[in-house]
Amino acid sequence: MNTLQVALVGNPNSGKTALFNRLTGSRQKVANYAGVTVERKEGQFVLDDRLVRVLDLPGAYSLNASSPDEQITREICVGSTDYGFHPDLLVCVVDATNLRLHLRFVLELKALGKPMLVALNMMDAAGKRGIDIDIDKLQQALGVPVLPTVAVAAHGADALKNALVHDLQTLPARDSGADAEDAHQQVRRILSESVSMPRATAELDDRLDRWLLHPVFGLLILFTVLFLMFQAVYAWAAPFQDGISAAVAWLSVTTGSVLPDGILLSLLQDGVFAGLGTVLEFLPQILILFTFILALEETGYLPRAAFLLDRAMFASGLTGRSFIPLLSSYACAIPGIMATRSIQDPRDRLATIMVAPLTTCSARLPVYTLLIGAFIPDQRVLGWFNMQGMVLFGLYLFGIVSVFGVAWVMKRFNRQQSDHALLLELPSYRLPNPRDLLIGLWDRARIFLRRVGGIILTLTVLLWFLSSFPAPPEGYSGPAIDVSFAGRLGHFLAPLFAPIGFNWQIVLALIPGMAAREVAVSGLATVYALSSDESGISQLGGILANEWTLATALSVLTWYVFAPQCISTIATIKRETNSWKLTGIAVFYLFGLAYLFSLLVYQSAVALS
Amino acid sequence: MDLTHLAIGKQALVTGISPRAEGDAIAQRLLDLGFVAGERVSCVALAPWGGDPMLVQIGFTRFALRRSEAARIQIEAGT
Repeated sequence: MNTLQVALVGNPNSGKTALFNRLTGSRQKVANYAGVTVERKEGQFVLDDRLVRVLDLPGAYSLNASSPDEQITREICVGSTDYGFHPDLLVCVVDATNLRLHLRFVLELKALGKPMLVALNMMDAAGKRGIDIDIDKLQQALGVPVLPTVAVAAHGADALKNALVHDLQTLPARDSGADAEDAHQQVRRILSESVSMPRATAELDDRLDRWLLHPVFGLLILFTVLFLMFQAVYAWAAPFQDGISAAVAWLSVTTGSVLPDGILLSLLQDGVFAGLGTVLEFLPQILILFTFILALEETGYLPRAAFLLDRAMFASGLTGRSFIPLLSSYACAIPGIMATRSIQDPRDRLATIMVAPLTTCSARLPVYTLLIGAFIPDQRVLGWFNMQGMVLFGLYLFGIVSVFGVAWVMKRFNRQQSDHALLLELPSYRLPNPRDLLIGLWDRARIFLRRVGGIILTLTVLLWFLSSFPAPPEGYSGPAIDVSFAGRLGHFLAPLFAPIGFNWQIVLALIPGMAAREVAVSGLATVYALSSDESGISQLGGILANEWTLATALSVLTWYVFAPQCISTIATIKRETNSWKLTGIAVFYLFGLAYLFSLLVYQSAVALS
Repeated sequence: MDLTHLAIGKQALVTGISPRAEGDAIAQRLLDLGFVAGERVSCVALAPWGGDPMLVQIGFTRFALRRSEAARIQIEAGT
C-alpha cells in the first residue's frame, strides 16, 4: 500500500489546525523543522487500508514570506527545500466567512501548478451568518475541487477524508499558466458570481468589539481577565504543586527507608528526585497558563488584547503580544517563556524571551523575605509606610524598570532597523473547542517534559555531584560541601565576588543555588552549618544579621533581581530559541547586569555608611 | 490623504500603496492582505493611548495597523 502525503496550507485563522486535529486525532508528532524554531506538526490517518500522512504547515497570508513560519510554508509548497515531506497534494484550507482574503492565497497557490484541492472550512459559521456559497460555481471558477468542511463537528471532515483516499489519488498537476488577470480582480469576480453575503462582518463581532475594544471599558475588561489569569497561575497551581512536592518527598523518604545510607541513596534523593520534583512542579503552572492562553487565542480575544496593549509595549521595543508572556513570568519565567510562542514576529519573540527572566518571579520571594526580615528594620517611615514593604516594592519596581530598559537597549542596538510589522488580524469571535484545547495542552506538556525536563534533570544530578564529591575526610567538623568540588569552586571564585561584598559562604551557596532561586536559602543554611530543614532556616536570619553587613545584604538582594540563578529557565531558553549561542548571551548579560548593579549598590552603601 | 486621517466609523476607497523604500516588505504585505486600489476600507476602532494602532476593515477582515503602517495606504474619502 502506498502512502499519500498531504500538506494542509492556509491563512492564519482558517481553522486549519482544528481541521488537522479532526483528520488525525491525537496521533500527532510535534517537533521543530530542522534548524529553525518553527513548529512542525505531523499526523496520520488510515482509511480503507490506505495510510495518509498529514502535515500541518504554519499559517501564511502569502508566499511572499515575511516570517520564518511563512518561509517554511513557502519552501514546502514550492518544493525548494527538502524537509522529509513531499506532498502529493496541497489541501488549501479557507474560512468560508473570510473568502475575500483567503481566495487570493488560493489563487497564488494554484499558480504553482501542483495538485491541490480547497477545503471550504467553517461552513457552519457561514450558514449561521446567511452566507450563501454556490460550491459548483466556485469549483468551476477556481478550477480545482472544492469540499465543504466543518472542522469542529464530529463528522465534519469525513467527506474530505473520503475524497482524499478514493477520488483524488490521481489528481493531475495543472498547467501553471499564470492568469493575466490580477488576483484581486479575479477574487472580486469569483465572489460576485458565486457568493452572496448579507453583511461583511458578523453582527456579534461588531457588538462585542464595541465593548471589548472600548478605550475605557475595553481596558477594564482586559485588566479583569489578566488579573484572573495571574491569580490562577499564582494561586490555583499552588495546591497541585504542594501535592507533587509531597509525593516526591514521600518517594524520597520511602527510598531512604529501603536503601542504606550511601552514595546511591544520596544520588536518588538529592539528585534524581530533587530534579524530578523541580520538573513536575512546573507542570500545574504551565497547564493553567496555557489553558487561558489557548482559550483566549481560540475565542479571538488574544489578538484584541494585543491591539489594546500594543502602544504601551511598543514604546520599549516589545509588542502587544509580549504582555501576557511577561505577566505570567511574574509567577514563573518557565511558562512565560513558553508562552512567547504566541508572538509571530521572531525578533519580538526573542526580545521577550530575553527580558522574561528579569521579571520578579515567585521563587525570588523566599530570598527577598529572608534578607529583608534580617536586615531591614520593621518600622514605619513617613508615618504610613512600612519600610520592609517599601524595600520589597522597590525590588519589584527594579525588575519592571529593567525589563523595559533592557528591551529598549536591545531595540536600539538591533542591527536590523527595519520596521517591525504589526499588521494583526482580529478574527471573528468563536467558542473554543474543548477537544482542540486538550490537544494543545497535551502538546505543551509533552514538549516541556521531554525537551526541558531532560536538561533540568541532568543539570540537577550534575549539581548534586559537584556538591557531594569528594566526600569530607573522617572527623571533618565543617560543612561537607566545603571540601566538595562546589566548595573549591566557591573558594576559587571568592576573590571575584569580593568587590560586590560577597563572602565565600555566599559564593558557595550560589553554586547549588543554580538549581532554583529559592534553593539559595537552604544553601546558605548548609554552608553556615545549620540543618537545612525549617528549624535551621528559622535561625538563619539571625545568623546572617550578625555575619553580614547591611551593604552585603543589599548587594545580594540586587544580585537576585538580575542573576539567572535557575537552570530551568536556562533550559527553557535553550529549548525555545533552539540556540546555545542565544542562551549563552542571555546568561552572560543577566550575570553581567547582576554583577554591575551589585557592585554599584555595595560600593555606594559602603561609601555612605 | 492617507489612512491615518480616516475618522472612526468612516469609509473610504483605497487608491494605492506608497512604499517607504525599494522592496518595502510591509507595503508588499499590505497589498497581499487586500489593500489594493478600488477596495473599500473603514476605520472600526482606535486603540487607547492616542489611537495607535488603529483597527480597519478591508473586505471581510479586520486588521490592526500601527500608524506607520496605515500611513502607507493612500485613500480617497468616499461614501
